[in-house]
Amino acid sequence: MIEFTLWDIVRNLALAARWTVVLSLIAFVGGGLVGLLLLVLRLSGRAPVNRVIGAYVQLFQGTPLLMQLFLLYFGIALFGIDTSAWMAAGVALTLYASAYLAEIWRGCVEAIPRGQWEASKSLALSFGQQLRHIILPQALRIAVPPTVGFLVQVIKGTALASVIGFVELTKAGGMIANVTYEPLLVYGCVALMYFVLCFPVSLYARTLERKLHVGHR
Amino acid sequence: MLIELDFWPVLAQWPLLLRGAGWTLVLTAIAALLGMTLGIACAWSRVNGPRVLRWGAGAYVELIRNTPFIVQLFFIFFGLPAAGIKLSPFTASVLAMVVNLGAYAAEIIRAGIEATPRGQFEAAQSLALSRMQTFLHVVLPPALKKVWPALVSQITIVMLGSAVCGQISTEELSYAANLIQSRNFRAFEAYILGTLMYLVLAIAVRRLLNWAGPRFVFGR
Repeated sequence: MIEFTLWDIVRNLALAARWTVVLSLIAFVGGGLVGLLLLVLRLSGRAPVNRVIGAYVQLFQGTPLLMQLFLLYFGIALFGIDTSAWMAAGVALTLYASAYLAEIWRGCVEAIPRGQWEASKSLALSFGQQLRHIILPQALRIAVPPTVGFLVQVIKGTALASVIGFVELTKAGGMIANVTYEPLLVYGCVALMYFVLCFPVSLYARTLERKLHVGHR
Repeated sequence: MLIELDFWPVLAQWPLLLRGAGWTLVLTAIAALLGMTLGIACAWSRVNGPRVLRWGAGAYVELIRNTPFIVQLFFIFFGLPAAGIKLSPFTASVLAMVVNLGAYAAEIIRAGIEATPRGQFEAAQSLALSRMQTFLHVVLPPALKKVWPALVSQITIVMLGSAVCGQISTEELSYAANLIQSRNFRAFEAYILGTLMYLVLAIAVRRLLNWAGPRFVFGR
């Protein structure tokens, strides 16, 4: 029988944590792009489009991420496409992140006074120019802290990809716990590693928030 | 190639789905009650408690908020037996949900408490209320009222998160969907129905709590 030292456990978990980071980045960047598209569609505002996007957001915020993962894992296969855990997890987390980010950013855009829209319109700026030069730069300033905060939620969300067989930190933890018979130690290490990944991001989000509100105090 | 969808084999198993939804609600109800109590206790500790307690509650909140729920659940269900604490899947699920909600609720309620105007404390003091009385009767109700929407969201999030509890064979809704698809291989249909039921549950729970809050939790 092979003996596992603490170092073996930690090293293998750290190797698996890479995939947690990669998946988080894919979901965050992909979700950001799709979310931005949804935001622009929503702002250019025809009622039916708004309703569809509203339903999309409600659907992803009102159902468990785990079920979304299952649905995509089995759903993509129905179209005759060979699904891997990689693809299902990547797509599901991207869609999930896009719904949340679109909603967060919409709030930020709505926080910009209406006068800014009207003033820029009276300067004969087109919709695209209004967004690009007037609204988004101001909204961006408010949007950064909650967006960074949401990254923590994405990192934690990737843990669910373990359920459909994606070998990231949680799944690796389960496998290592099974061979070492030390579940307490292994899951403790897994939790600590997530903490090490998430806590700095949380702190950074909080710092940004404090900086943003410094003028309002 | 597109496979035709057939919902009948799944719908035929409706008692399983309903029972699953019932257990999801039971889990959520217990977790909401105990989790909010824990959250209030932690929020009190972080604001008024002695330094050790303040630090402990802070560490607990940060530790839980920065780790995934599924890892907390696995730690409790697979990890704790190694330390001699053996829990049934249901107990482990409830415990994980309570611990998880408690941390988030603590942070939300603390924000409400810190928004209490100073004059309220002074008024309570001048009426010779003890610190505990001041907290329970003067500070807490308006604080809960202020943050109730955030608490409702958090309880809904914990309910949706409970889908993970099926992974340790707690027989809630996602477990039912899993069981059905393993019987008739209609995986996509089973998960669609399961997901829609979660959506309905989420909307219903949100409505119920928004209705119940002003009536039972913080007065008018």
